[in-house]
Amino acid sequence: MTPTRQQRPHVPGARGGRGSGPRGASRAQPDVQVTALSSGSAWHERRESGANVLEIDSLEIEAVASGSAVIDDVSLALRPAEILALVGESGSGKTTVGLSVLGHFRPGLRHGGGTVTLYPSHTDRPAEMTALDDAALRRLRGARVTYIPQDPALSLNPGIRVGEQIREVLDIHNFGASAEERTERVRSVLAEVGLPGDDAYQARYPHQLSGGQQQRIGIAMAFAMYPDVLVLDEPTTGLDVTTQAQVLDTVRDMTVRHQVASLYITHDLAVVSEIADRVAVMLRGRIVEENTTEEVLGSPQHAYTRKLLAAVPDLAGRNRIGETAEPGAPAGSVHEPEAPAGSSAGFAGRPEAGSAAAAVRAAGASAVVLEVSELGLAYGENTVLDGIDLELEAGECTLLLGESGSGKTTLSRSIAGILDSYTGRVCYRGEELAKNTRQRTLDQRKQIQYIFQSPFSSLNPRRTLGQSLAVPLEMSGELNAAGRRDRVKDALDAVRLGRQFYSRRPGDLSGGERQRAAIARALVNMPSVLICDEITSALDVSVQASILALLRTLQEERGLAMLFVTHNIALARHIASRVAVLNKGVLVEAGPVDEVLDTPQHAYTRELLTNVPKL
Amino acid sequence: MIARLVVRRLLISIVILFAVSLIVFFATLLLPGDPARAILGQQATPERIAAINAQMNLDAPPWTRYFLWLGGLFTGDLGTSVATGQPVSELLGERVGASVFLMVAAALISVPAGILLGIYSALRRGKAVDSAITGISLVLAALPEFVVGIALVAFFSTTVFTILPAVTMQPPGTQVWDFPLQLVLPVAVLVLVVTPYIARMMRATMIEVLDSGYVEMARLKGVPERRVVLRHALPHAIGPVAQVIAIQLAWMAGGVVVVEFLFRYPGLGQALIDAVSYRDVQVVQAVTMIIAVIYVIVNLLADIVGILANPKLRTGGES
Repeated sequence: MTPTRQQRPHVPGARGGRGSGPRGASRAQPDVQVTALSSGSAWHERRESGANVLEIDSLEIEAVASGSAVIDDVSLALRPAEILALVGESGSGKTTVGLSVLGHFRPGLRHGGGTVTLYPSHTDRPAEMTALDDAALRRLRGARVTYIPQDPALSLNPGIRVGEQIREVLDIHNFGASAEERTERVRSVLAEVGLPGDDAYQARYPHQLSGGQQQRIGIAMAFAMYPDVLVLDEPTTGLDVTTQAQVLDTVRDMTVRHQVASLYITHDLAVVSEIADRVAVMLRGRIVEENTTEEVLGSPQHAYTRKLLAAVPDLAGRNRIGETAEPGAPAGSVHEPEAPAGSSAGFAGRPEAGSAAAAVRAAGASAVVLEVSELGLAYGENTVLDGIDLELEAGECTLLLGESGSGKTTLSRSIAGILDSYTGRVCYRGEELAKNTRQRTLDQRKQIQYIFQSPFSSLNPRRTLGQSLAVPLEMSGELNAAGRRDRVKDALDAVRLGRQFYSRRPGDLSGGERQRAAIARALVNMPSVLICDEITSALDVSVQASILALLRTLQEERGLAMLFVTHNIALARHIASRVAVLNKGVLVEAGPVDEVLDTPQHAYTRELLTNVPKL
Repeated sequence: MIARLVVRRLLISIVILFAVSLIVFFATLLLPGDPARAILGQQATPERIAAINAQMNLDAPPWTRYFLWLGGLFTGDLGTSVATGQPVSELLGERVGASVFLMVAAALISVPAGILLGIYSALRRGKAVDSAITGISLVLAALPEFVVGIALVAFFSTTVFTILPAVTMQPPGTQVWDFPLQLVLPVAVLVLVVTPYIARMMRATMIEVLDSGYVEMARLKGVPERRVVLRHALPHAIGPVAQVIAIQLAWMAGGVVVVEFLFRYPGLGQALIDAVSYRDVQVVQAVTMIIAVIYVIVNLLADIVGILANPKLRTGGES
């Protein structure tokens, strides 16, 4: 829990303004009007007393096709000015529960039983969200209960100006008494979320805003009608840490200022610790644990919660994620041993201590496997990369850190020879590589392997893993069919999938299993350099932890030089021995992990480090 | 920004038309038959043939003739019909009007019908109505226009009922639209052939847009369903459909040839068929160019609709 929360400025004017003014005069048609009643009403008293604004009781949601329960016996309650985090991994049903608060069930799902009761502020009668007709639901949605979606780029209408999209909510729900008042409200809510409210800004289309600004538009839209209940569905997932910190601040501030009861859906426990008052943990459609944030994060009761916590990478590197968080690991083993006493917590077992790397060094051979010098790339006027110098040593992992648009993927693709329009040199064991991978020698191609971000799109769904993994071997053409089969099976063993996966197809596999298969494909040619491009960012934290553990093992077993590209600085101490920070195409900082994280030299690195949410 | 994009498309269209004119002119040169002989028939003597050739510039080298012809196109002089001796522009004037009337009537019915059917089908996805619309439109799309035409004639004019005329009778001095009953079947054929494509495309894009995050968001904002469809979904679904509509309208410019032949409709298509059988090169060239112009204009309009429907193109790089 951050102590700063209680110190946040409380803006009395904003709340005082709710009861007074034209909204107070709108009581004439209580069923049509959905703006809040003035103070003194029964609802107002209810809120002042801190009673529940929303109650979910024994909610059951089932799949239409099979009739099986997707959500089973979920009960939650939301109180004013309080943020309840709903935590779970993908597929746990947290979004399904969140949408049921708005009485919405996605196609293929239906309400099976239980109730979702809203106590809206515009009337004294509670509303049963699962039983209302469409018209009644529409009156509440966007007014009394609102939604902030995960990806603003997808959920803002690309063809409507942003001001108009906010204005639409006010128009539909008859906000205020006049058009002028609505115009004024659009302006004021934009100001509240920290955006300029002028006409020129309102006239922009979503594509003309940055991701952070788009999400603020989503927040403004959700707060425009002064709602009673707010559902936030992973609103910061696509944002970089700095923007995420700002958006979290805004959400927190608005929730407290307007006494909104919020349900914050996320898989990120670090974010939870920054923003939530209470936490409910979901596993396969059920709530397994619910308590205050301190209790859940500090002394988790359920094994699954402990597993989730153990899998969260922390900047300090205290818990070496993945060591015991293998999927299917017995629940009892989740508890992390304390780091060795002393100041250098977590130093033991660092990747550079790997036996193969040590052997290389002991032999006195030059450990530099790959050397990038003066690498630059520009598209016309637009410089993407500028003067990049980077060295990768055998048995060492370098974390290449950068936010979206920093050029990190461009750099890794240039090194791999997928992009060939760069200037500068990439040398493998002292020998300059041709720019395009097609011009490189067979051995050079085999030695440098690339793993893509999304395991869902990098494996051909029509081929078995055996077929997909044999392709690199067919390309190198050194082994016969039997030899290739053995090599592929060995690789499947090496990534802890096992050779029984040889004839399975990607469709039967989970995300983590697919990424293991993709890693195996990179390993079949026995490379010495592995480029991992955001390979864990599409995965849940517990899967990420197990993949990181696998990479550490492989690195130690094989003495691989690894470039681990990521936007998540918290992974640094868990995988890498060196860190290189890329900002707008320039390497602003590079060095050993501890040096960079403990004494960052560049302002950009320092800013990143301050904005990382901490457990 | 829009102006610049439109001007660019316009320039491209002009280049395309020039290329088409080259192909049309030199392809028709390859048609068998000698125009002078065709005109003179039995009375062809070498002197008279030479005289006609000189009069019609037929003795000039092909390039000179091409530029003379091209120059004529710009001044509205489409040449002289070899078969009738009349100026081609005079000969075709009325027929262009008749064909365009047929096409516009068909377009005015099929475009809204296709769009509405597509939207309705998308909104009733998976229900019986949707399956019926999808199935029937697939069958119609698979049938060539002359099959549809003959079936309609058999049903409404000859075999089953005899309530509609099967051919167009147009006394001299009257216009095709003076006899609305005669128009029903030709227009119906074009509508039946064109509508399924539009409806199917509209359904596909609409379903995609209805599944999008911003449509779900609009519903979660409490936007009434009618407004969700018209304001939030339709503008995004219509862009790709405009392209299909353009292709269909452009197809009509050519498909009208078959339909006109079937119903003896006095339009461009009839003129083209007659001209080919009389080796009337000038008319063939003119009709082909007119059809090409219609093609290009319709596609240009579709591009403009596409640009207007896309705010990223509309606002250009100003972000």
